[in-house]
Amino acid sequence: MKLIENVSRREFLEGTLATGVFILGARFISEPLWAGGEAPAPALQPNLWMSIAPDGGVTIVAHRTEMGNGIKTSLPIVLADELGANWSRVKVEQALGDPKYGDQETDTSHSVRDFFDLMRQTGAAGRLMLIRAAAAQWSLPPAECDTSEPHFVRHGPSGRKLGFGELAESAAKQPVPGREELKLNPRSAWRYIGKENHHLCDLPDMVNGKARYGIDQTVQGMVYAAVERPAVLGASVKSHDDKEALKVPGVKQTVVIDTFKPPHGHQPTGGVAVIAENTWAAFQGRKKLKVEWDNGSHVGYNSEQFRKTATETARKPGQVIRNIGNVDAAFRNGGTILEAEYYTPHLAHAPMEPPVAVVDVRDGKAYCWAPTQDPQQVQKTLADLLGIKPEDVVCHVTLLGGGFGRKSFQDFVAEAAVLSQKLHQPVKVVWSREDDIRFGYYHPSAVMYLKAAVGRHGKPSAWLQRSVFQGSASTTDADVLYPGQDEIDNGWTDVPYDIPNHRAESGPARANVRIGWLRSVTNVFHAFAVQSFADELAHAAKRDPVQNQLALIGPDRKIDFAGTKYQNYGASLEQYPYDTARLRRVIEMAAEKSGWGKRSADMGFGKGRGMGIAAHRSFLTYVATVVEVEVDSKGQVHIPNVWTTLDAGTVVSPDNIRNQFEGAAVFGTSLALFGEITATNGVIDQSNFNNYPLARMNRAPRHVEVHIVESEAPPAGVGEPGVPPFAPALYNAVFAATGKRVRELPLSKTKLV
Amino acid sequence: MIRFKVNGKEKTFDGDPEMPLLWYLRDVAELTGTKFGCGMALCGACTVHQNGAAIRSCTTPLKEVSGAEITTIEGIAPMHPVQKAWMEIRVPQCGYCQSGQIMQAIALLKKNKNPSDQDIDTAMSGNLCRCGTYQRIRAAIHQAARQTA
Repeated sequence: MKLIENVSRREFLEGTLATGVFILGARFISEPLWAGGEAPAPALQPNLWMSIAPDGGVTIVAHRTEMGNGIKTSLPIVLADELGANWSRVKVEQALGDPKYGDQETDTSHSVRDFFDLMRQTGAAGRLMLIRAAAAQWSLPPAECDTSEPHFVRHGPSGRKLGFGELAESAAKQPVPGREELKLNPRSAWRYIGKENHHLCDLPDMVNGKARYGIDQTVQGMVYAAVERPAVLGASVKSHDDKEALKVPGVKQTVVIDTFKPPHGHQPTGGVAVIAENTWAAFQGRKKLKVEWDNGSHVGYNSEQFRKTATETARKPGQVIRNIGNVDAAFRNGGTILEAEYYTPHLAHAPMEPPVAVVDVRDGKAYCWAPTQDPQQVQKTLADLLGIKPEDVVCHVTLLGGGFGRKSFQDFVAEAAVLSQKLHQPVKVVWSREDDIRFGYYHPSAVMYLKAAVGRHGKPSAWLQRSVFQGSASTTDADVLYPGQDEIDNGWTDVPYDIPNHRAESGPARANVRIGWLRSVTNVFHAFAVQSFADELAHAAKRDPVQNQLALIGPDRKIDFAGTKYQNYGASLEQYPYDTARLRRVIEMAAEKSGWGKRSADMGFGKGRGMGIAAHRSFLTYVATVVEVEVDSKGQVHIPNVWTTLDAGTVVSPDNIRNQFEGAAVFGTSLALFGEITATNGVIDQSNFNNYPLARMNRAPRHVEVHIVESEAPPAGVGEPGVPPFAPALYNAVFAATGKRVRELPLSKTKLV
Repeated sequence: MIRFKVNGKEKTFDGDPEMPLLWYLRDVAELTGTKFGCGMALCGACTVHQNGAAIRSCTTPLKEVSGAEITTIEGIAPMHPVQKAWMEIRVPQCGYCQSGQIMQAIALLKKNKNPSDQDIDTAMSGNLCRCGTYQRIRAAIHQAARQTA
C-alpha cells in the first residue's frame, strides 16, 4: 500500500495548508510501516500534512500537544530535515483533534518515539518528488540532484538550482514514491536532528506575550463561567440559593451541572455554575452562592487513615507481579534482614495555567478551544455528554500553560460543553487555582514495603517489594482495587537488580478521590522506594553507593521478563530491551561528571553536606542523577548542584532535552521538599500555592548539569524520565549529610535538626 | 470613573472598582499576555509595571491604579534586551509564566544594573515556573545585564 499520499488536489484542507500547491499526507499505520502490502481499510484518512506554497513557504502540521515538552517543534523539524527544507521557511500548524492522525494523546513521553520514522519518511518522499520534478524540468538524471542547499534542488555537476516554491506545482504532479524508493538521509547529513541550531517554534511569541493559551481564547458572544463544585467527590447539589450571587454586577444567571454517574471518567464533577460577563464577576458571584450538598460515600476518606490501612496491606502478601527463585526460602536461610516502609502522599499537577476551556455548542456540533493533552478524548467525552457524534466535535488544541498529566482529563472541557448546550451560547469556563488544587486527578498516595536478605558480600540473596496505591483505573471502574498493568510495571516490575530470589507484589487500595497520571506517574514513588532502599543496603554493608548500584545491577544483560506481563511502555522488548549496560553507563557517567568519590568523600558523613545518587529507567530512557545538598543549622535543605546523565537513544533537540531535565530537577524538588495533597473527610485540605508550595528560584537547585549519552538507538522519552530519580537522589544526599534516613515524601514533614 | 494609562494609552473604567487590574487587562482590554496563575499574588504570572515598578495585577484593584501608568508585556518594545536574552538562552518551556518573569526581570534591572545571583533570587522568587526554568532565567538576567551595561 501507499503510506504517503499526494493530496494536493483534495478539497477539504483548511488553514495555511490550503495555500500550498504541493501537499503530502501520510497514512498512519502503527507498525511495521508498509507491512503487508494492503491498505487496512479504505476509510483511513491521509494525515501528517506538509505543504509547499508557490512562494516556498513550507507548512508542517503538529498533531501532538505542546505543553512545554517541545513537541510542536521536535516532530516537524524531523520532517523538515528529511525534506531538505530551511527551518526558517517552515511554519508549524497545530492539528485539530482527529483520529486520522493516529494517536494524539500527549502523555507517556512517546511522541518522538512513535512518529520519528513516519516524519522522516514523509519528508524523504517530498524531497524525492521535488528532485524528480527538477530533474524532469532539466531533462537530467535525478540521481545527480540533491538538496545540499536547503530549500533548493541542485544539480551537482552543473550547479543549476530551483527553489522549493518554484518546484511545488510540478512536484505535486509526480507520482508518490514507494517505500523502497525512499532514501533517508544518513545521520551525517542531518541538518537539524540532534543539533543545537533550532529553538521552540513559538519562542518569539512566548517572550512578547503573543502566544495564545487556552485561557486566552475568546469567541464572539461568549460568557464566562465559574463553577462551585462539591468538595467531596460524587456529591450532588441538594439545594442552592443564588440570590446574593445574582446581585453581583456582571452576573447573569446560575446553572446547575449534574453530578456524574460513576465511574467519573472525564465527566464534570457537577456543581453550580455562575455565568457572568467577565471572569472576575463570575468569581465574585460564585463566592456569594449558598449550596447544600448530598455527600456520597467518599466523605469517609482521610489521608491519615489511608496511610494506616495501606501500610497494613503492604505488610501482607499481595498479588505477585514478578517472581524469580524462592524469596521465602531465601529469607528462611538467613543473612542480615533489612526491611523498610516508604510513604508518599497525593500530589496535584498545578500547571501554571489552570484548567480552562471555551466551547460553543450549536447546530448539532461542538466547537472547542482547549489546552488539552488529548483532543480525541475531548471528542469522545463531549459526544457522549451532548448526544452527538465524535466527528461533530471540533477540538482546537491551544498551547498549554503546562499539563503534567492534568490536561489528559477533560472534565473542564466537558463543563464548558454542558453549559454551552444549556445556554445556547459559547461559554468559557475558568478554573481558579483553588479549583485546580481541590478538584484534581491526583497522583496516587502510596505505601511500599521492601525487604532484603543480605549476605556477607553485601549483595542481597533475596529481595521482596510490595506496592500499595490507588490505581487510575478507578477513573473508569469505581470498584477497582488493583492498579493497571502499566502502573505497576513502571519502576516496579522492571527493577533491574541481579538478585537470585526476587519477588514484586501489588496490594489492593480503594480510590476515594479522582486518580490521574502525573509527570512520570508511578515511577515517582517506585523509584523513591527502590532507590532509597538500594542506598540503605549500601550503607548497611558500608559500600559506596555508586559501587553498590553497579553491583546490584550486575553483569550487562538484557532483562528477561518471562513470566511477567511487563508492557515496556507499549514498546517491543526486541526494539527497546531493558539493557542494563545502558543503565550502568549513565551511572558511571553521572559519577564521573559529579566528581563522585573524591567530592563526596571530602564532605565526610553527617557533616551537613552530602551527595546522593539514584538511577532509573522510565519511558525507555536511562537516567542517573546525583544530587548535592547542604542542610543548614535550621534544617533547611539547599541544593547547590545536580548532575543528570541520560541515554534517550537518538535525540532530536538536545537543548530542549537539557531544558526538560533541568525542569525535572525543579519538579522533583517541589515534590521532594514540599508536595503533599491530603484529604480530611473526603475534602482536599490544600487550595493554593500558600499551602501547596512549589519550588521557587531560591529553593530550586542552583546548578543543574545535564549530559546526554550519544546513541544511535531508537528514540525514547524525554519529558518525564528526569523526575523519578530526583527525590531518592536528594534523600540519599540528605542521609549522607545528616545521617537521617527519611522514608516519606515530602521532606518538609521531617525535622532534620 | 477610574482613569489610567495602559501602555501609553488613556483608559477609563466605570465598572466595579474592586475588579483586579488583571481581569480588566485580560477580559476588558484584551491584553492577554498577562496571565492568571493564583489570584493571591503567590505566583507572579500576572506581573505588570505600575509607574515602572513590578506589581501583581491579580490583587491590585482598579481603584488603586487611578492616575497610574501601567505597562504590560505588550507595552515592552520588542526586542527588549531581556526578551532578547530570553530568546538566546532559550528560557521558556510552556512559556505561560514567562510574561510575568520578564516583567519582573525588567523591573529588577531598572533598579539594579548588575544584580548578583542573590539579588536575582530575591527579586525573582515570587515568580513561579512549574516547568522549572529558573536556571535559565537567572542566566538570561545576567546576560541582559551584560548587554545593557
